[in-house]
Amino acid sequence: MTKFRVNKTKHVDQTKTVSFNFDGKSYHGFDGDTLASALLSNGVHLVGRSFKYHRPRGIMSCGSEEPNAICQINEDTDLTEPNVRATEIELYEGLKASSQNCWPSVNFDIGGINNFISPFIPAGFYYKTFMWPKSFWKKIYEPLIRWSAGLGKSPTKPDPELYDHKHVHCDVLIIGGGISGIIASKIAAKNNLRTILIEDKNILGGSTIFQKNENYKINNKYSSEWLDEEIAELQKLDNLTIKTRTSLAAYHSYNYLLAKENISDHLPLDKRNGDIRQRLWKIRADKVLVATGAIERPLVFNNNDRPGIMLANSVKKYLDFYGVSCGFNNVIFTNNDSAYETAVSLKEKGISVEIIDIRKKSNSKIVKNAEKLGVKIYWNSTIVNTFGHRKINSIEIMNLSEDGSNVVGDKNRINCDCLAVSGGWTPMVHMHTQSGGKLDFRENDQTFIPTEIDENHINVGSCNGDFELEEIINNTNKKVKNFLKVSETEFDNTSVLNSKELDKRNIWLLPNYISDGKCKSFIDFQNDSTAKDIKLALREGFKSIEHVKRYTTTGMATDQGKLSNMHALGIIADTAGVKMGTLGTTTFRPPFTPLTFGSIVGRSVGKFFDIIRKTSIHEWHSQNNAKFENVGQWKRPWYYPINDEGLHDAVQRESKAARDSAGILDASTLGKIDIQGTDASEFLNRVYTNAWSKLGIGKCRYGLMLNEDGMVYDDGVTTRLGENHYLMTTTTGGAANVLSKLEDYLQTEWPELDVYLTSVTDHYSTASICGPNSKKILTKIFPDKDFSDEAFPHMSYQNAKIDEINCRIMRISFTGELSYEINIESKYGKSLWEKCIEVGKEFKITPYGTETMHLLRAEKGFIIVGQDTDGTMTPIDLQMDWIVSKKKYDFIGKRSLYRSDTIREDRKQLVGLLTDDPNEVLEEGAQIVSDVNKKPIEMIGHVTSSYFSPNLNKSIALAVVKSGKKMNGQKLIVPMENKNIIVTVSDSVFLDKENKRIYA
Amino acid sequence: MFLINCPYCGERDQSEFSCGGEAHIVRPKQPTELSDNQWAEYLFMRKNIKGVQFERWNHAHGCRKWFNMVRDTSNDKIHAVYKMGEKPPVE
Repeated sequence: MTKFRVNKTKHVDQTKTVSFNFDGKSYHGFDGDTLASALLSNGVHLVGRSFKYHRPRGIMSCGSEEPNAICQINEDTDLTEPNVRATEIELYEGLKASSQNCWPSVNFDIGGINNFISPFIPAGFYYKTFMWPKSFWKKIYEPLIRWSAGLGKSPTKPDPELYDHKHVHCDVLIIGGGISGIIASKIAAKNNLRTILIEDKNILGGSTIFQKNENYKINNKYSSEWLDEEIAELQKLDNLTIKTRTSLAAYHSYNYLLAKENISDHLPLDKRNGDIRQRLWKIRADKVLVATGAIERPLVFNNNDRPGIMLANSVKKYLDFYGVSCGFNNVIFTNNDSAYETAVSLKEKGISVEIIDIRKKSNSKIVKNAEKLGVKIYWNSTIVNTFGHRKINSIEIMNLSEDGSNVVGDKNRINCDCLAVSGGWTPMVHMHTQSGGKLDFRENDQTFIPTEIDENHINVGSCNGDFELEEIINNTNKKVKNFLKVSETEFDNTSVLNSKELDKRNIWLLPNYISDGKCKSFIDFQNDSTAKDIKLALREGFKSIEHVKRYTTTGMATDQGKLSNMHALGIIADTAGVKMGTLGTTTFRPPFTPLTFGSIVGRSVGKFFDIIRKTSIHEWHSQNNAKFENVGQWKRPWYYPINDEGLHDAVQRESKAARDSAGILDASTLGKIDIQGTDASEFLNRVYTNAWSKLGIGKCRYGLMLNEDGMVYDDGVTTRLGENHYLMTTTTGGAANVLSKLEDYLQTEWPELDVYLTSVTDHYSTASICGPNSKKILTKIFPDKDFSDEAFPHMSYQNAKIDEINCRIMRISFTGELSYEINIESKYGKSLWEKCIEVGKEFKITPYGTETMHLLRAEKGFIIVGQDTDGTMTPIDLQMDWIVSKKKYDFIGKRSLYRSDTIREDRKQLVGLLTDDPNEVLEEGAQIVSDVNKKPIEMIGHVTSSYFSPNLNKSIALAVVKSGKKMNGQKLIVPMENKNIIVTVSDSVFLDKENKRIYA
Repeated sequence: MFLINCPYCGERDQSEFSCGGEAHIVRPKQPTELSDNQWAEYLFMRKNIKGVQFERWNHAHGCRKWFNMVRDTSNDKIHAVYKMGEKPPVE
């Protein structure tokens, strides 16, 4: 046992030694320790350097509010994690932790020079300094800021661990396993309510669990003993689920909460066995009871940040819970009674302690108790300075003036090795405000207290502003009864003994004989903002708390201002001369403590990140060397390289084959919507720009769909299968949105229409066969069918059978070639495909992918919605006036086609581009200009599609150009990095303008 | 995260729904007879108020039905849900 381990407690098993490593040095702690308590038991206070000034910093607290003791753990392993609080890491064998934000070491840190130049780096330093000269930004400022920014090191390898999500519902969720949470859980569970209690520590009990003090008794027992018995009884309740090591991350509306359960973080690395590391609980609770407790406030005085300066209640916990004395020569600095409990605990164990109290006197029981034990108390005094570089060694105190605004009398120096401070308590209202709750300001102890918002959410215990034991027990019991509509409980007649706090004295910024500008009175320890910074911000005109916060970065560190926000508000109020309650608070945002990315994404990683959709023919594509591209969630064959072929060569070959003989494309991914109902024709009339009433049964028609703003939304061929039955196809990526949009109109605008929509995309597989030999191939597959132009004309469909299996054949073309699409039930898709390949062999049928499809249709000037359009193109802009019905009274988007903006003639319009050098292929997305000499150069358009056409043996491109319609034959320029490419505006149809090939 | 009482399915998590903006904006029956300004009023203008607002919602990952909701945007309280075509409950 080390000399700082002065006490045996039941929470730390001193028979089980645990060895660990901190900053390269080996230490021992015990089972039950946190990294912080183990370090303190070895006398290690200095654990890190502050962010801006690199001042030495020590462990300050024992919980999630810790601003200083943040570590990198298990560096150089896949499991390394930055910014974890030493106060929250349960010690395990082999734990390796190191300090952050110091180089080369925490004891000697180069960045410490910032401390000496600190007068020159005030609040807003970065905003003010790195503005000029402009040329310095890229080479000097940015690398410098990047080097000094950030805390810790991110892991560089993929996270090997598993994370999980769990959805749960319950009647009552209780957040916080302290005394109020335990009382509430027992009442709820005993009244047949499915109850969940979550607690972020590994054991229940909060701060009462280590309270063994004569002045605090419940039913004549020490409060800790009473609570132990209550906890033992909780374990027996069937409908209570207790989750320890589980911290609430977020409290959303309608009692939807997120909590993170740590499952294996407390285990040695070799015992984790690849099990789940953390689980994110998604909880929907009927009622939520918040019992998150309170955080002790520090005090703001000159040099209040040295290692060895800690929160008073944390010093008590280290002593009474972990058995560790943080010092042997302690001084407590307080403005309230609660710190006297720490004094009594220390004194009872024979450890030296003196108290500096800014109050003039207190006559409460606990104070009298301390006095009786011989604790020396300096009343009406304040600390004006502290000393000791890597650890505190002495303080300087002075008396306060009558009104507390100044210091008077002589300086008195006191030696100490630990300074425990207490500035009172701040209720943890984070959860309440996250859920939308409001706060009231309570003047007498300067706290923000929750106001109730609805019948399904209450706050109990010290997070509700009840700080005395009697209040906590009685008010919790009363409130829970009322909340859960319970008439009586076992806590109704609990007798509670406690010391009553009579006097409080709050001074946000303690006065000093040294001027403000020369004091380092820290408010935010992690971000190094001081009282001086806040005052500077106010002088520079920042008034809102939200602005002051951002300008000084107060409360913006990883601890999210748990220790600093109240002081910042207080000092702003004092300086500006306003009442504190009127300032409001900054917004408390989730998560309460940082969440790992792993817990947020859960199992949705790797191949589970998004759904992958494959057609029934996918396996064939894979076996035949297809390269795939993602289209929405679909995997579509992109091209089918033979041997070492690259994209270009494969596409040239595929494109040529499709026009010379036959090509085959898997078109199964196109969206398919089955439309039925007596008003189906009328419906199509309203959603497409062209007319549909006269389309005969068995005929197909291309349609263009607009948004109500007149912009092209989707396109595709729709086939009339029967009198009241159509099959609509959509683009692959637009299928789901089109269906939603059509449903929206049907349900909300035209409920009188008798139309039913069903998505059948996945039901049918489609093989699209094109090329001059396609008719011969179809004839071989369907020997009984007459494929003559008379019997089976272009833009028509027929039913057919392959081996008794029904299929539909559409004669439609997206390539400009003679082309047929065969639709068959998906389960037969692969057999159909294989049959087509087999039969087509003698015609050298060539499977082609999306790239070739894009090239073939570009040769014909057919648009791809989403490639040649971008949501700002009308059909008129696309030079597709022919598809917009002049006769129809209305269709979606019609009225927008003659708004003042859409009739402008200088809109971007779709044109073809031909490069002067036929081998020069333009880059898609390249800008187009007409004059490179006039500065600034005006961008008049951009290239939307561009290919080398093997069939035309030249480069072709589609582009949108301002007033492009009138520019046919005009020369334009596509400026690239090294050259200007000269292009000529042309018709957008490059091949077979007379449409002869579809009748080949 | 809201708990939304779909008029067809009952209470479901918000993640199953999508919001379709302001409700009770009827598509003009004769758009061709409207001036540019009148059409723009229908097409673009939405109130987006702080307070009680009438909204369209779709149970997108459920029954796919559209319905209306009365919601207070200042505190997310849902005052009522009702089917398309039904009259809004009087506030």
